[in-house]
Amino acid sequence: MELTTVWFVLIAVLWTGYFVLEGFDFGVGILLPFLGGGEADRRTIVATIGPVWDGNEVWLLVAGGATFAAFPEWYATLFSGFYLPLFLILLALIARGVALEYRGKSDSTRGWDRAFFWGSLGPAFLWGVAFANILRGVPLDADHEYTGTLLTLLNPFALLGGLATLLLFTLHGAIFLTLRTTGELRQGASRMTKRLAPAAVVVVMAFLLAAGGDRPIWWAAVALVALGLTGAVAATLRGRDGWAFTASAIAVIALVAALFGGLWPNVLPALDPANSLTVTNAASSPYTLTVMTWVAALFTPVVLAYQAWTYWVFRRRLTGAT
Amino acid sequence: MLDLSRWQFGITTVYHFLFVPLTIGLSIIVAGLQTAWYRTKKPEYLRLTRFWGRLFLINFAMGVVTGIVQEFQFGMNWSDYSRFVGDVFGAPLAMEGLMAFFLESTFLGLWIFGWDKLPSRLHLATIWLAAIGTNISAYFILAANSWMQHPVGYRINNDRAELTDIWAVLTNSTTLVTFPHVIFGAFLTAGAFVLGISAWFLLRKRDVPLFRTSARLALAVSAVAAIGVSMSGHWQAQIMTEQQPMKMAAAEALWEDESAAGFSLFAVGDVENGRNHINVQIPYGLSLLSTNTLDGKVEGVNDIQARYQALYGPGDYRPVVGLAYWSFRLMIGFGALSALLALAGLWLTRRGRLPSSRWVYRLAIAGIGLPFLANSLGWIFTEMGRQPWAVFGLMRTAAAVSPSVDVTSAAITLTGFTLVYAVLAVIEVRLLIKFIRIGPHEDSASEAPVPALSY
Ligand code: HDD
Ligand code: HEM
Ligand code: HEM
Repeated sequence: MELTTVWFVLIAVLWTGYFVLEGFDFGVGILLPFLGGGEADRRTIVATIGPVWDGNEVWLLVAGGATFAAFPEWYATLFSGFYLPLFLILLALIARGVALEYRGKSDSTRGWDRAFFWGSLGPAFLWGVAFANILRGVPLDADHEYTGTLLTLLNPFALLGGLATLLLFTLHGAIFLTLRTTGELRQGASRMTKRLAPAAVVVVMAFLLAAGGDRPIWWAAVALVALGLTGAVAATLRGRDGWAFTASAIAVIALVAALFGGLWPNVLPALDPANSLTVTNAASSPYTLTVMTWVAALFTPVVLAYQAWTYWVFRRRLTGAT
Repeated sequence: MLDLSRWQFGITTVYHFLFVPLTIGLSIIVAGLQTAWYRTKKPEYLRLTRFWGRLFLINFAMGVVTGIVQEFQFGMNWSDYSRFVGDVFGAPLAMEGLMAFFLESTFLGLWIFGWDKLPSRLHLATIWLAAIGTNISAYFILAANSWMQHPVGYRINNDRAELTDIWAVLTNSTTLVTFPHVIFGAFLTAGAFVLGISAWFLLRKRDVPLFRTSARLALAVSAVAAIGVSMSGHWQAQIMTEQQPMKMAAAEALWEDESAAGFSLFAVGDVENGRNHINVQIPYGLSLLSTNTLDGKVEGVNDIQARYQALYGPGDYRPVVGLAYWSFRLMIGFGALSALLALAGLWLTRRGRLPSSRWVYRLAIAGIGLPFLANSLGWIFTEMGRQPWAVFGLMRTAAAVSPSVDVTSAAITLTGFTLVYAVLAVIEVRLLIKFIRIGPHEDSASEAPVPALSY
C-alpha cells in the first residue's frame, strides 16, 4: 500500500477513536440535564467519564497533529477555511474541559453543568457539519485557499449532518450510561435510549442516503451503520448493555468509515474538481511519511493497551442517589 | 490580519505558558512527595501529596484546555506557514500527541480516580508516568520551536521545507540548550509557588511542621533550578549569538560590531539612528556571556543589518530593539531575584530554624510572581527577537499568515479568546485560593459498597 494511503487510513482511525470515545462523552454531557435529577445523580453521571474524558480528547489532538505531519496542505486549508466553526468548537471544548475538572471543586455546580451541556452539544453538532462539508466539497481556489464564507458551510445538507452526529452521539452516550450505572439511573438511561433511537436511526440514515455514493464499500459501511443502530436498540430492549454498547460503537465506526471511504482519494474535494486536495497533492514527503509510520506503528499499540487497561480499572458500575 | 494573528498567537501562547511551567515542575514535586509517602508511610507525606496534588490538578486543567487551542492555531491563523513547514514541523507535533499527551492525560485520569482502585505501587507509577509525559511533551514542542529558530535537517523542495533528517531536528543544538533552560525555569516556577504558599501557612501558624517541610523542599528545588537556569541560559546565549546574532545584538542594544563588549545594564537608545544615548555597562560582560572570552567579538545591529541585506535582499531585519533589550534584561532580573530569595530562604531556615520576622514570609508570597514574569518575558524575547522571521532565514512572519481568513473573523476570535481567557483566569485564581484556604485535610478513608461490574 502507498504510504499516503496508510496515512489516510490512520487518520480515519484516529477520528474513529475520537468519535467512538468522545462521542459518548458528548452524549453524557448532553443528557446530564435530562437524566440527573439531584446533585448525587449528576455527580455519578459525570463520574462515569471522569477518569477517561481527557484521554479521549487526545484522540482529536493526535488526529490534528497527524494531519499536520502527513497532509500539511489539508491541515492548512481545512483549519483556515473552517475558521469560525472551529473557533466555536474550541470554545466549547474549553468550556466542557474546565467544567468537568472544576464542577466537583466548586460550591455551585449549576453554571458548570450548563457549560458542560453546551460544550458537549456544540461540538457533537459542529463536527457533523464539518464532515458533511468535507464529504460534499467546498469552494477552493487554485492555491487551495477556501473562498466561501461561514454561510457556505451552513448549507442544509451540512446541517442534516450535524443533526445526525448530534443524535448519534447522544444515543451512544445514553447507551454508555446504561452500561456504566445501576438502579434508577440505569433505567432512566435505558428509557432515554429507547426514546432517542427512532429519531437517531431516521436522521442518520437520511443523511447517509442524501450523501449518496457509488462505491460498494460506501454502501457496505452504510449498511453496517444501520445494522449497528438496530442491534443497539435490540440489545437495549433485552437488557444486554454490553452488546448494546458494542453495537452503537460499531455504528459510529461504520459512520466514520463511510465518510472517509466516500472521500478517498480526495481529502478535501473542491467544487471545481481541478482544485481538489487529494492524498497525493496534500501529502508530506515520502521521508516524513516513513518516519511517522514507524512512530505510529511503535506507539499506537502501546497507547491502545494502556487506554484499554484504564477502562478495565474503572469497570465497576456507578450508583446514583439511593 | 497579520497584526491580529500575531496578537492572538502571542496572547494565547503566553497564557498557555503561564500554566505549563507550573505543571511541569509541580508534577515532579507531587510525584516525589508520593514516593516519599510510599517509602516511609508517614501520613504527613500523604497529606502533602494530596494538598499539592489538588492545586496541581486545578492548574493542569487550564494547561490542557489552553493547549487545545494551540494545536489548531497553526492551521487557523498561519495556514501558509503550515503549508511551508508542515513536512518538518508537523512531525514533532504529532509525536508529542502520540507519545506525550496520551501518556499524561490517561495516567493522570488513573491517578485522580485510582487512589482506592489500584495497588499503591501501581498508583505511584501512574503519577510518575503522567509527570514524565509532561516533560516529553515539553521536549517535542521545544524541538518544533527550536527548528523555527534554527532550521536543520531539511531541504527546500516543491516550494516548501521538506524533512531530510528527523534525528537532526530532534537533536538540534538549539533544542538541546533550550530544553534544560525551560525545564529549570519550570522548576524555579514550581519552587516559588510551593514556597510562597507554604509561607502563607507559616505566617498564619497553620500546620507548621507540614509546611516547613514543604518550604524546605521548595527552597532546595528553587536553588538547584536557579543555578541550572543561569548555566543553561549562558549556553543558550552562546548558541544564539552564533545562530541569530541579530537577536543578541538587539538584546544588548549593541549597534556596531565590538570586541571586549560590555554587558549593558541600562540603556536609552535611539533606534532611528542606531545608537544609544545612555548605556551603563558591566565591562567585558557581554563578550564573556556570549563567547566565553573577555575580548570576543560580538556583532552589532547596524552591521548585521547591512550583511543581511546583502544576503536576503532589501528589507528591515531588525526586531523591535527596545522590546528585545528589556525583555531579556527583565527575564534575567526577575529570575535573579527569585534565586536570591531561594538562597536567602535556605540560609534562614537552616538547621530547623524558622525566621520570626513577618516580612520574610510576605516576601516569599510576593515572590510567587517572579518566575512567571521571567518565563513570559523569556518567550517574548525569543519570539519577538526572531522577527521579522517566522522561520529564521527561510520564511518571514508576514508571509506566514492565512490568506483566506478575513479581518472580521480574526478580530472575533482574538476578542473571544481574550475574554474567555480573562474569565478563566479569575475562576482559576479563585479556586486556587479557595483550596489553599481549606488547606490539607486529614484523610478519612470512606468505605462505600462495591457496585456491580459493567463488563
Ligand atoms: C515547554 C513546554 C511547552 C510549550 C512550549 C508548549 N506546551 Fe503545550 N503543554 C505542555 C508543555 C508545553 C504540557 C506541560 O505538556 C501541558 C501543560 C499542562 C498540560 O496539561 O500539559 C501542555 C498542554 C498542551 C495540550 C493539551 C494536552 C492534553 O490534553 O493533555 C496541547 C494540545 C498543547 N499543549 C499544545 C501546545 C502547542 C501547539 C504549543 C506551541 C505553541 C504548546 N503546547 C506550547
Ligand atoms: C513550538 C512552540 C512555538 C511555536 C511553533 C511558535 C510559533 C510562533 C509563531 C508562528 C508566531 C507568529 C509570528 C509572530 O508574530 O511572531 C509566534 C509569535 C509569538 N510567540 Fe511563539 N511559538 C511557540 C512557542 C511559544 C511559546 C511557548 C511562547 C510563550 C509562552 C511563545 C510566545 C510568542 C509570542 C509572545 C509571540 C508574539 C509575537 C508577536 O506579537 O509578534 N511562543 N510564535
Ligand atoms: C542568568 C539568567 C538567564 C540567562 C543568561 C538566560 C538566557 C536566555 C537566552 C539567551 C534566551 C533566548 C534563547 C533564544 O532565543 O535562542 C532565553 C530564553 C528564555 N528564558 Fe532565559 N535566561 C536566564 C534566566 C531565566 C529565568 C530565571 C527564566 C524563568 C524562570 C527564564 C526563562 C526563559 C524562557 C521561558 C525562555 C524562552 C524559551 C527559550 O528559548 O529557551 N530565563 N534565556
